[in-house]
Amino acid sequence: MRRTGLRVFYDAAGLLIFAVMIFPIYWMVTTALKPGKEILSLDPYWFPAPATFDNFISAMQVPFFWNDVVNSLTVVLSVVAISIVVSFLAAVAVARFGFRGRTAFIVMVIGVQMVPLNALVIPIYLLLDSVGQVDSLIGVIAYYLAVVLPFMVWTLRGFVHNIPTDLEEAAMVDGASRVGAFMRIVFPLVAPGLVATAIFGFIQAWNEYIIAYVLLSSSSKQTLTIWLASFTTQHGTDWGGLMAGATLTSLPVVVFFLLVQRRVAGGLTAGAVKG
Amino acid sequence: MRAAGSIGAAATRPRSRAGASSFRSLAARKGLPYALIAPATVVILGVLGWPLLDLLYLSTQHYGLRELFQHQGRFVGLQNFATILTDPQFKYAVEVTVIFTAVNVALSMTLATIIALLMERVSSFVRVLLGAGLVFVWATPVIPAIDLWQWMFDYEFGVINWLLTKIGAGNYIHHNWFENPVQGFTVITIVVVWGAIPFLALTLHAGLTQVPRELVEAAQIDGARARQIFTNVTLPTLKPLLLVLLSLSTIWDFQVFNQIWVMLNQRPNENYYVMSVFSFQESFRVSQYGLGSAVAVVMVAILIVISFFYVRQTVRSINEAGA
Repeated sequence: MRRTGLRVFYDAAGLLIFAVMIFPIYWMVTTALKPGKEILSLDPYWFPAPATFDNFISAMQVPFFWNDVVNSLTVVLSVVAISIVVSFLAAVAVARFGFRGRTAFIVMVIGVQMVPLNALVIPIYLLLDSVGQVDSLIGVIAYYLAVVLPFMVWTLRGFVHNIPTDLEEAAMVDGASRVGAFMRIVFPLVAPGLVATAIFGFIQAWNEYIIAYVLLSSSSKQTLTIWLASFTTQHGTDWGGLMAGATLTSLPVVVFFLLVQRRVAGGLTAGAVKG
Repeated sequence: MRAAGSIGAAATRPRSRAGASSFRSLAARKGLPYALIAPATVVILGVLGWPLLDLLYLSTQHYGLRELFQHQGRFVGLQNFATILTDPQFKYAVEVTVIFTAVNVALSMTLATIIALLMERVSSFVRVLLGAGLVFVWATPVIPAIDLWQWMFDYEFGVINWLLTKIGAGNYIHHNWFENPVQGFTVITIVVVWGAIPFLALTLHAGLTQVPRELVEAAQIDGARARQIFTNVTLPTLKPLLLVLLSLSTIWDFQVFNQIWVMLNQRPNENYYVMSVFSFQESFRVSQYGLGSAVAVVMVAILIVISFFYVRQTVRSINEAGA
């Protein structure tokens, strides 16, 4: 009797926490779907009574929206394409070889993830300014590369490490060359890990704010996270437009994140979980 | 280590022909890992390591607007550090940063632990629902998340002001949360903690499932109470994970910038100068890049101390695992 009472209490608490955590997201999406007078109302409307896509349409018509979509995609896809190759090579080295300097390399990879970007943005700005590369996507791509690399090396190391070396050895006993064994045996097995890591790099680069904020000053060069500020002017904030913009910016990330969360999430705590 | 050795042995076995060629393959094998890590090392050292050294160098320079045009600072030794150490604004920034970090870490860790423990005790339907909700919050990018909280706390049409007035917590109609920095930081804390909980709670929940069931059952048979089981079985098993999450949270909350910057429409007043914001303002608003760098150097130094435990724990676990 006491048990079921307790279970009901726990379930109620769980549901309450769920509601509190998810409500802000619900509020963002429903605000984006509301007509203006339901947004600017002293008594809130809990559902968008006639749901409308007007806010999304006007958000897409804000100057430079498509421009900034293209910028975000250019930056993020370049970063992911380069970093996945570079990080995979390093991950193989760390997972498969014992070599002098390996621990130093690992310390570097873990350590740089702790360096605050808002400290580094000062020398980065001055360096790029002295070579006239402020306000160029190239500079941003270079820095995002360094931002995503450590985490990607780290995550991929785990994936490569989990593939038993026996498989490669068996292939080599059967006459495959070392590279052949690697390409035919290890690569297909690690491919899902590569996809997951690439998506995670995509998310990190897509969400980055401060480097893009400092470096990209002209509206035509900005990325989407910076574009969101354009809904706030001296006259106030266009909340419907901002919530629609925020929903649009979040959408690709949320979809991707749901796909890879289970695979990648363990990386940061690898030092504390056995397995 | 063992894995690498056995691979090497298998690779040389069918190929040991002449002595010269096996010597060459040995040399190639020795060089291979270095070739593999070379590109990553170049990028990380070139793009992060170099600016880090440059930051240290800049902190010894007078670097204002004139120097910005000349691309050349003027060496002043440790004068920048002397200046900030006597600046009451810097003292305020350090104090606020420390308090803010402590409160945020404590709140996120406590709430996340409670949620993780709760997830073990609810029915499977609620567990799946709660897990899905947490993943959704985790997935929401930080800038849109700040924008949506800004909307919820809007002084005019924000749903929070309406709710607080409705439940009789006082008159919050047209209440501006950012006039008073304590209230403002409370809002920022809510945003940070809300964003931090999913990762912490889900990781802790995953950790809890690894607590050996036999141990819990043995303790129950021996007549241990729920709380004794928690302190004597669950906590010791979770300790390494808790410590890692604690240091990660401290590292993250110590350098919070976006939440303050975006929440206050990129114009935070001096009450909101935590160290990261102070360093940024000194550099990019007042154009005193040398002073801003000095503040940033202090931040990095503190972070290195905080990170030490995390990095050591992580490296040790890898070397023990043998790969």
